[in-house]
Amino acid sequence: MAVMTYREALNLALREELTRDPNVFVIGEEVGLYEGAYKVTQGLLKEFGPKRIVDTPIAESGFTGVGIGAAMVGLRPVVEMMTFNFALLALDQIVNSAAKLNYMSGGQYNVPLVIRGPGGPAHQLAAQHSQSMEVYFYHVPGLKVVRPSTPMDAKGLLKSAIRDDNPVIFIESETLYNIKGEVSEDPDFLIPLGQAVVRREGTDVTVVAYMGMMYRAMEPQRSWPRTASPSRSSIRAPFSLSTPRRSSPPSGRRTARWSSRPAPASRAWARRSPPRSPRRRSTTSTRLSCASPARRRRCPTPATSSA
Amino acid sequence: MGFAIKYRGGDQVIVCYFGDGAVPEGEFHEALNLAALWKLPVIWLCENNRYAMGTSLERALAQTEIWKFGETYGIPAEPVDGMDVLAVRAAVGRAVERARRDKTPALLEVRTYRFRGHSMRDPAGAVYRTKEEVEREKLRDPILLFRDRALKAGVLSEDDVKKIEKDVNDLVDEAVAFADASAEPPASELFTDIFKESA
Repeated sequence: MAVMTYREALNLALREELTRDPNVFVIGEEVGLYEGAYKVTQGLLKEFGPKRIVDTPIAESGFTGVGIGAAMVGLRPVVEMMTFNFALLALDQIVNSAAKLNYMSGGQYNVPLVIRGPGGPAHQLAAQHSQSMEVYFYHVPGLKVVRPSTPMDAKGLLKSAIRDDNPVIFIESETLYNIKGEVSEDPDFLIPLGQAVVRREGTDVTVVAYMGMMYRAMEPQRSWPRTASPSRSSIRAPFSLSTPRRSSPPSGRRTARWSSRPAPASRAWARRSPPRSPRRRSTTSTRLSCASPARRRRCPTPATSSA
Repeated sequence: MGFAIKYRGGDQVIVCYFGDGAVPEGEFHEALNLAALWKLPVIWLCENNRYAMGTSLERALAQTEIWKFGETYGIPAEPVDGMDVLAVRAAVGRAVERARRDKTPALLEVRTYRFRGHSMRDPAGAVYRTKEEVEREKLRDPILLFRDRALKAGVLSEDDVKKIEKDVNDLVDEAVAFADASAEPPASELFTDIFKESA
C-alpha cells in the first residue's frame, strides 16, 4: 500500500498495464509531449515512446475510430478524451461502432477498448464542459460504464477496464484528481467491474452515491437532516444498480445522489421505498455546484432534501 | 485496423470502401488526414455513383473531383473508370504495392453508376435523374463490357459465358432457398453477443 492521489493511481494503472501487455497503447489529444491536459499520462511518453503513447490532432471521431479498428484486431487501446464532453464528437463511433460490433458480427469482432478522461462537474468550466455523460452512455447496450470514486478504485477499476474484452467508458473526475488515498502497489491488484461497495454500515437509510457525491454523503454534518445521522447510514459506491436493488435497507429508506440532472428513472427508484418510511419521497441531490460555502448559501435547496 | 498493422509491423493492406455520399462527412476528412499523417497502409476506395440517395454530387460537394481530396492530404490519388474491371484491378494493385513499398495510403475515386433506385421507396430511381441517363449508363455495365472484351480476346467462348451465368444464377437461387427454408431467429438472439463474455 502507498498513499497517492487519484491522478497518480490512474497513471500507475496505465504504466502497469503498458508494461504487462505490449498490445496496450494510449492515444488522444496531448497525451504524449504535453503529458496530458490533466497530467494523467505524465511521464508515459518518456517511458514507453511515441509508438505506445500516441498524440493525435483534434479529431475525436477520427482517433476514436482508430482505437476501435485497432481493438477489433486485438490491440487494447486506451483512448483519452481530454474531457468527456468532447466524446460527443465521437458519439457515432462509440455508439454505432464500438458498442455494436460484437453484437452485429455475431461475436466475431469484439472491441477491447477503454475510453477514459474526466467528466462531470469541474471547477467553473461552464455549461459545455461540466456534463455528466455517464447517464448517456449507461443507456447504450454494449458499453460498460465506470466512474471511480477513490484512488484505490481508480487504479483497480482502470486495470480491469483495460483487461476487459468489451468497450468501457471510464469517466474520471477533475475535482477528484488531487484526492489522496491508499492504493495497492500490487500489479495484479484488480477491482472487478460492476460491483458496488458498502462504505459504511448503518441502519437508518441507504445512500447510493458515486464520484464527488460519495464524499459529500460521507460528510453528514454538512448535508444530512438530523434524523438520518451519519453513524446510522449506509453509503454505497461506486455506482452499480444491482447491489442496492437486491439489498433492502433495514430502515426501508434510501436515497441516490449524483452530480447531474435527476433522471426520471432514478426518481422513480428513490420513491420505491416501502410506504412505512416517513421519508419515502427522497429527492435526488444534484447540487455539487453548491460545494463552496458562498455558493451553498445562495443555493435554494439543501444538498439533500426530503419531501 | 491500418494503425494496428503499422503498430505490429505487418505487411497487410486495408481497402476501405465507401460511396460519394460519405465524402462530405467530417469523418472522411479526419480519416484521410490521420492515415496520411501516420502513413497507414489504407487504400480509400470511393465508389462514386454520382448520387447519394437522390442528391447528386453537384448538389453535395464544392469539389466534385473526389480524387483531388487526396492531393489536399498529400497522398497518391487518381480517378478510375469503375466500369472497366481491368482498370480497377490495375489501379488497386498499384495502390496496394505502393502502400507496402512507400508506406503510404492512397485515394481512388472509382467512377461507376447505380442502375436501380436506392431502395424500395425509390424503385425507378427516376425522380432525380433522367431515364435517358440511366439507359445510357446501362450500356456501360461493367459485366457486359468485360464479357464482350473477353469474348473478343478469345479468353472466353459463348458456352463459357452461358455456363458462368447459369452457375451464378444457381448459386443465388440456392442462397435464397436456404434463407427461406431457415428458421426465424429466436427472440433470445436480441440479447446474444451484446457483450463478449470473458473466459
